[in-house]
Amino acid sequence: MDPRAKFVVIMAIFVISLIQTNVLALSLILVAQVPLIWIAKSMKRWGASMKGGFLLATLIFIMNFATGSTFTYSIAMTIRFLALLSSFSIFFMTTSPDDLGLALEEAHVPYTLCFTFTTAVRLVPTMATDAQTVVDAQRSRGLELDKGNLLKRIRNYIPILIPLIVSAIRRSVELAEALESRGFGLSVKRQPVTVLRMRKSDYAAILAAVALLMLAAWASIYAQLPIIEIHFELPRLWCIV
Amino acid sequence: MISADGVHFTYPNGNEVLRGIDLRIDDGEFLAIMGENGAGKTTLIKTFNGLLRPTKGQVFVNEIDTKKTSVASLSRNVGLVFQNPDHQLFCETVRDEVAYSLRNFGYSRDIVERRVKGILETLDLVPYMNSSPFMLSGGERKRVALASVLVWNPQHIVLDEPTIGQDYQQKDRLRNFIVQLNSQGKTVIMVTHDVEFVAECRPRVMLLSRGKIIGDGRADKILTDGRLIDQASLLHPQISLMFSSFNDLPHDVIDVYSAYTIVKKRIRGSRNVIASL
Repeated sequence: MDPRAKFVVIMAIFVISLIQTNVLALSLILVAQVPLIWIAKSMKRWGASMKGGFLLATLIFIMNFATGSTFTYSIAMTIRFLALLSSFSIFFMTTSPDDLGLALEEAHVPYTLCFTFTTAVRLVPTMATDAQTVVDAQRSRGLELDKGNLLKRIRNYIPILIPLIVSAIRRSVELAEALESRGFGLSVKRQPVTVLRMRKSDYAAILAAVALLMLAAWASIYAQLPIIEIHFELPRLWCIV
Repeated sequence: MISADGVHFTYPNGNEVLRGIDLRIDDGEFLAIMGENGAGKTTLIKTFNGLLRPTKGQVFVNEIDTKKTSVASLSRNVGLVFQNPDHQLFCETVRDEVAYSLRNFGYSRDIVERRVKGILETLDLVPYMNSSPFMLSGGERKRVALASVLVWNPQHIVLDEPTIGQDYQQKDRLRNFIVQLNSQGKTVIMVTHDVEFVAECRPRVMLLSRGKIIGDGRADKILTDGRLIDQASLLHPQISLMFSSFNDLPHDVIDVYSAYTIVKKRIRGSRNVIASL
């Protein structure tokens, strides 16, 4: 699928998620993405990204509930976060940095910006590998990341962060030199190796996404969706706090 | 002693890198682990200090099972010097960088000062003591990384690709230093592709290929076995390639010095024959 069409679909899911506050509707939005993930053969990676977002989802729930929102509303906000996380995960899992860069170029974003963005995305796995190597090197010198009080544990990350940042800066400088040596930044019009072309299926996906968005907007104003209310109150002791 | 019994290791992505490694490294041995990229060399040495735990089998360091001990505890006995020194440098001065591990291990201030001074003198780093490690050249940063591991005097020293990025002079210094360490009773384990360097050091050589040990023995036996060298995707030592072209020259010569001695004897012998005619 053309990345531009994918982006429109994802943005439609994004906007629909923001419009809706109904638990049922948001759950439907989340569940409706599962077939897309299955088609993209990315269930495992999707599961890993959802697992990674679980902590933040819990935090969102707690923040909403602790600040006076109802239990149902807090659940709805948590599901909204998961739906948004899921939609962007699908986009980035199924779109290569090169395709993303091409799409941005087609949208007349300056090439240097496109390149900066795609290089940053492409270097994430490299930096993750570097981070693991740095952790291994420091652990081999007796660093114990899981020992000590909270302050000590935070300070223990200094020997990890500094080598990582220095390594990233060094890599950036070397990359910049290599790029300049290969003509990057010349004011000549670049010839792309591949050109993105929208197919009928891409246009159909865009139309479907726009139609769904309009339907969701209409439903949020005029339709009465079933409201699921879950009543839960904290014990009195917590309420006093 | 470091031993491995039936060690298998599979990364989380399903890649099985070690497939049944059985080895024993006695105290005071000098071992070079060689093999092609992806053979499992770095994975194997990371099991020695507990950074990686075998998915099957066991690794013992001084009869302690690495699965039952922390990395920090194992590191006291197994000092691992990483290939890229930039992956560990973070302190403001070389002195602080070298002292870092001693502070982690809980040594007192005066012991830290004494040991740091000693190792900086040994590795000619005293002029850089108060310099930032980031301002040093590649070779100097490598020496700082080496110093930061040797400072706590581990019994077993593991070097991951120590000759990468080193010029000939630095390699020669490194070779002398490694030999000196080994002569002091330290176990030295080196992971390297540098066949010529290994040929000059003459350690025990272990060849790894696709997670298995395919050869283990003296350097002159292993590095002259053409089949093993090819299987491990290594370069044949140039001297052994040259000598193998002559039927009447020994085929287990791997370094220039031995080759020089043999050729000199042959030339002398030939001169004597000519003179007697």
